[in-house]
Amino acid sequence: MNKIWLVIKREYLTRVRNKTFLLSTILLPLVMVLFISGSVFFAAKSEGKKKIAVENKQSELANFLKSDSSKMEFTFNTGVDTSNFAEKGYDGFLYAVDSSGRHFLLKTVKAASNETMDRLKNKLNSAYISNKLLEKNISIEQIDSINSASASYYTVDNTDEKNKNVNAAINTGIGFTTGIIIYITMFVFGAMVMRGVMEEKTTRIAEVIISSVKPFQLMMGKIIGIGAVGLTQLLLWIILIFLISTAAFTFLPHDILQQVKDIQSNPGVMTSNPGQFSAAAKGLANLTNLNWPLIVGFFLFYFIGGYLFYSALFAAVGSVINEDPQEAQSLMFPIMMPIVFGFIIMSTNIDKPDSPVMVWASIIPFTSPIVMMGRLASSPPFWQLAVSMISLIVGFIFTTWAAAKIYRTGILLYGKKGSWKEMIKWIRRS
Amino acid sequence: MSLLEVQHLKKYFATQKAVDGISFSVNKGSIFGLLGPNGAGKTTLIRMITGIFYPDEGQIQFDGKKFDPINDVVHIGYMPEERGLYKKMKIGEQAVYLAQLKGLKKAEAMAKIKEWFIKFEMQSWWSKKVEDLSKGMSQKLQFVTTVLHEPKLIILDEPFSGLDPVNSNLIKDEIYKLAQRGSTIIFSTHRMEQVEEICDHIILVNKGQKILDGTVKDVKHQFKENLFSIGFEEIPAGLNGNPPYEMVGTKDHQYIVKIKEGFKPADVLNYFLHQGARIISFNEMLPSLSDIFIKLVEGTPLTRQFQAINA
Repeated sequence: MNKIWLVIKREYLTRVRNKTFLLSTILLPLVMVLFISGSVFFAAKSEGKKKIAVENKQSELANFLKSDSSKMEFTFNTGVDTSNFAEKGYDGFLYAVDSSGRHFLLKTVKAASNETMDRLKNKLNSAYISNKLLEKNISIEQIDSINSASASYYTVDNTDEKNKNVNAAINTGIGFTTGIIIYITMFVFGAMVMRGVMEEKTTRIAEVIISSVKPFQLMMGKIIGIGAVGLTQLLLWIILIFLISTAAFTFLPHDILQQVKDIQSNPGVMTSNPGQFSAAAKGLANLTNLNWPLIVGFFLFYFIGGYLFYSALFAAVGSVINEDPQEAQSLMFPIMMPIVFGFIIMSTNIDKPDSPVMVWASIIPFTSPIVMMGRLASSPPFWQLAVSMISLIVGFIFTTWAAAKIYRTGILLYGKKGSWKEMIKWIRRS
Repeated sequence: MSLLEVQHLKKYFATQKAVDGISFSVNKGSIFGLLGPNGAGKTTLIRMITGIFYPDEGQIQFDGKKFDPINDVVHIGYMPEERGLYKKMKIGEQAVYLAQLKGLKKAEAMAKIKEWFIKFEMQSWWSKKVEDLSKGMSQKLQFVTTVLHEPKLIILDEPFSGLDPVNSNLIKDEIYKLAQRGSTIIFSTHRMEQVEEICDHIILVNKGQKILDGTVKDVKHQFKENLFSIGFEEIPAGLNGNPPYEMVGTKDHQYIVKIKEGFKPADVLNYFLHQGARIISFNEMLPSLSDIFIKLVEGTPLTRQFQAINA
């Protein structure tokens, strides 16, 4: 036991003391925050107010096509046409294609963004309907009051006793994000284990080491040591992201913070009177309402379970490779496939968390770490969670056992190309 | 008294009888030569002695008890033919790590490493990485890490390959010193002149079987061909009578002769003295280990063929 601890310590320290580890640990959250805030900033900046001139003969639009203060301004009776709207200082010129009152063209100086097009489409649609209503002798005032009202909905989790407001989009987003993180880390740290084993084999230190340590101890030491590196990195990221978001929180406007507090102190209020709160406040309240300890707990379980399940297989592959990257690729392929497969199932079916493919994929240990994280938000039945977790534990015990057999033979075998057929023979033989 | 005793050791692989019933014993404090052509089964044999492989059949006695790999490996130091060290690790840390794996405490390991580094003039290397070292330098480091924990049994596979004569001698002297202090050394090599110089006892392995066992002196006598070289002041002229030898060759002022069946070296000397030849030297010519090696191994295919094994 003492020796395995020495191996773990070496694997851990040589990696954690590496400059690239420190750099990637600190830089990644920073880059993420910069990227997100940067894209938000540019998105906000580029969409300045658009000045749009409307063709003279579209006077009936004037009743309902309303400018809004920040994004879009319509001007009627300008006298400009397609050839000179730009010179007169307009960003776009709106004119009818036919006389139906439904088909329009917007000619712009610069290509219009999706956001602008959606906004204009909604406004034109609403103006068209309003005009039709007007034809049915409904007064402009009545139409305006109809237009200003809007319907909205919220979902409430039936099983949640506290009647917390559950926002499906946020839950899915969290499931998706944690699934992706597990997907990426399984690749990154699995490949790290494989490279570590390859290094020991190609530098021929393996024979020196296993004359003092059993091959199984060396393999497990490496897997646990690198797993600890992964956990350290995740932990540092969680702390960093927490610090950064706390800092960002203090920059929020005061009234939003107050609204968040109100929602938190009285969770029912959001369902009974949703119009009272701004979208930002509701989003934040939803985030803080989530059961974070549960999410983090499951995340850590599936991260560790998935890592142990796959890293043993990566170690086995690393032990049969002879310095040939080509060989590594063909041997790694069967291991990488279920991981990629799990990711595809998770990302394409995240909106159908209880569909059969999701249920099965979240139970089978080859894909469960990724897929179950995506399902977690929809509170899967307890038995499915239990079966999934137990089969993951059984799964990694099995892969570790099989990998140890391959590893023991492979690590000392030089010059001979390993194949999966050969490896299965090694597992059976001893 | 023997430190290591190997009885009828067998290890069959899918296509090879790698080791096929080898027995030998190694005396405490001796330097033992394990010889054999490439692919004879030496490495497999060594791997069984170091506990890396389990033998299919046979027994290993280590220090008077049945060999127990888990506990006995700390008393063994093994330097494989293919050297290996972690390239990116600092040399000092690496030596400490390997020593700790052999059961030394950290402080103890540090003290011993410093001692060895001073002995080999490696003090300034501590924070260098292995990838910065030359082949000879990493060889010295490998040797230090092998013997650092003062093992009872040291197994060295081609310890001098890649070393210049100065460093070779440095290591050779340390090997002698280790043997004097009671360590037993198994020395595997193809360089026969080194074996003659260093080893007390040798075995020769070919095709998984032991084909020779004995002290260097005994082995040489076993294979001697009764050849003598006789040096003269002047080549004697007009020899007559019935010489008790056959002429094998002449070289400068020397005869190389083979004594005939039934005669003794004294008969040869007598014969020449009677002829009035002025002899200045008379030496027995023993075969070199290299000759014996080639003679025994010759005729077997250079590489072993793969064969089907029904074990």
